[in-house]
Amino acid sequence: MTFDEIKHLLAARFGDTVIVGEERTGLQPALLIQPDSIVDVCRELRDNPKTYFDFLSSLSGVDYGVDSGRFGVVYHLASIPYRLQLTLKITIEHDRNSDELPAFKSVSSVYRTADWHEREAYDLLGIYFEGHPDLRRILLPDDWEGYPLQKDYKTAEYYKGIKID
Amino acid sequence: MVLNMGPQHPSTHGVLRLELITDGEIVKEVIPHLGYLHRCFEKHAESLTYQQTIPFTDRMDYLASMNNSHVWVMGVERMLGIDKEIPKRVEYIRVLVCELNRIASHLIAIGTYGIDIGAFTPFLWCFRDREHIMGLLEWVSGSRMLYNYIWIGGLYYDLPVGFEERCREFIEYFKPKMVELNQLLTDNQVFIDRTANVGILPMDVAINYGCSGPMLRGSGLKWDLRRIDNYSAYPELDFDVPVGKGEMGTLGDCWDRYKVRVDEIAESVKIVEQCLDRLQKELKRTPDFDPRAKLPRKITPKAQDYYIRGEGSKGELGFYFIADGKSEIPFRAKSRGPSFNNLSVLPEIAKDVMIADLIAIIGSIDFVLGEVDR
Repeated sequence: MTFDEIKHLLAARFGDTVIVGEERTGLQPALLIQPDSIVDVCRELRDNPKTYFDFLSSLSGVDYGVDSGRFGVVYHLASIPYRLQLTLKITIEHDRNSDELPAFKSVSSVYRTADWHEREAYDLLGIYFEGHPDLRRILLPDDWEGYPLQKDYKTAEYYKGIKID
Repeated sequence: MVLNMGPQHPSTHGVLRLELITDGEIVKEVIPHLGYLHRCFEKHAESLTYQQTIPFTDRMDYLASMNNSHVWVMGVERMLGIDKEIPKRVEYIRVLVCELNRIASHLIAIGTYGIDIGAFTPFLWCFRDREHIMGLLEWVSGSRMLYNYIWIGGLYYDLPVGFEERCREFIEYFKPKMVELNQLLTDNQVFIDRTANVGILPMDVAINYGCSGPMLRGSGLKWDLRRIDNYSAYPELDFDVPVGKGEMGTLGDCWDRYKVRVDEIAESVKIVEQCLDRLQKELKRTPDFDPRAKLPRKITPKAQDYYIRGEGSKGELGFYFIADGKSEIPFRAKSRGPSFNNLSVLPEIAKDVMIADLIAIIGSIDFVLGEVDR
C-alpha cells in the first residue's frame, strides 16, 4: 500500500478529522494524527489485513523547543508481511510553566513494546501517557528532579547532596 | 518470597537488577530495574555534532561497536544525500569490519551462555578466538573495543597493508574451531536438556514486544534488515538468514536462539570471505585512494527528520534524527537499542520457570546493558 492509500484508508475508517496534516518533504513521509485517536489508528493499522503494521520500531518523545511550546510523540511502525514503514506523529500545545505534564494516550495496549518506550519518554522528556499500566521512571532514579531531555532543562549540580561532576 | 538478582550477579551480564517474586524454586514474576549504566547518550548527541557523536555510538553496544557507528553514519549520509557517492571500496571495508565485529559479538554471546549453563571450556575457547578478531580490528583502528573507525563519508583510515592476508589466515584458523565448538556445546546432551523447551517465545509475542535480531529469528521469522533494507554492500553479497526450527524442542526456545547465533557466525564468515575476494581482486588498494575524500566539510543536513534502521548484532538498531537545517547538532537524536526491546519481553517469557532456568533465559536474550540504558 502506498502512503496515499493508507491515508485514504484511515480517512474512510475514522473520518477526515483524524488526519490533521502530513509531511512529505523529507525522505520518509509522515502522517500527523489527531492525538486523541492515536490508539484507534494504531489498532486499525495493526489489525487491518491491508496494512498489518504489526511492529512498533520506535517511539520517540520530542520537545519541539521552548519557543514553539509544543510536545510530540513520533511512532515508527513497520509492517513485516508487506515490508513497509510508516511514521505517525502527534503533537500537543503545552505551556511549560503549568503544573500538568503534556499528556497523550498510551498505545501500550496495542503494542506491548510501547510500555517501556513510553516509560522512557516519561522519564527523559516528561510526557505523560494516559492509560499506561505502570508509568514509572525507567532509566533515572525515582527521586530525580526534572526531565533531562527537555530543551530548557538545567543540568543538576547535586543529587542527594552529592556533587555531580 | 522476593529475591534480588543483581545488579552484581554474573548472569545479569553487567548491571541489571531483577526483582523476582518466587514461590519456592518457581519464579512467579520478574520485574527488571534498569538504569545503572545510563550515560545519557541522547543528551550527548543533542549537544555534539554528528561527527563528534560517533565515539558515543560505539559505547552503546560495546561488543559490536562497528555496527553501531555504521548505522549512525548511514543515517547521516542519507540525510545529507551523499549515500550514493560513497566509494565501493569503502562500503566493502565497512561490511568487512562490521561482520568481523558481529562474529566477535556472537562469540561472546555463545561463550558467556555456556558459562551461564555451567560449561567453562566454551567460554575460554570463544574468548581465545575472539581475541584474534580484536587484534585485527585494533590493527585497523588503533583501539580494542571502541573503534571510531567508520566516519561520515568514509573511514578513518584505509586498511593497513597486509590486512586482507592476515584476515584470510584468521578465517582458515577459525573454521575448524567452530566445528570443535559445535561438538563441545551444540551437540552436548546436558546443554540441550538445559536449553531446549525453556523460555519459549512465540512469534506473535516477539513481534508485539518489538524483539528483533536472533531473538525474533529464533522464533522462526526470517527478518533480517540486511536483506529487507538492502543497505551498504549487502545486496551484492550472498548469504542466508538462519532461523530457528525447533529442532530440539519447541520453536522459539533458548536452544533455537543459541543455534541462530551459531549459524549466523558461519554466514558472517561467508560474507567476510566474499568481501576479501572483492577487496583483493577488483577494489584493490591503490596509493591515491583516500577513504576520507568524501568527508563533508560541514555536516548540516537540511531540515528534516529521518529514522534509519540497521541490523546490529543484537537486532534492529535504529536512530531517529530531527535536523533543523541550520546547525551541525541534531535537534533530536533518539536511539532505539535492540537489547532494550529484547529485554522487555523477559517478564513475559520468564513466568512460572525454575530459578535456574531463568539464568538460561537471561543468557539466551544476549542483551548488552550499554544498549539498554544507553
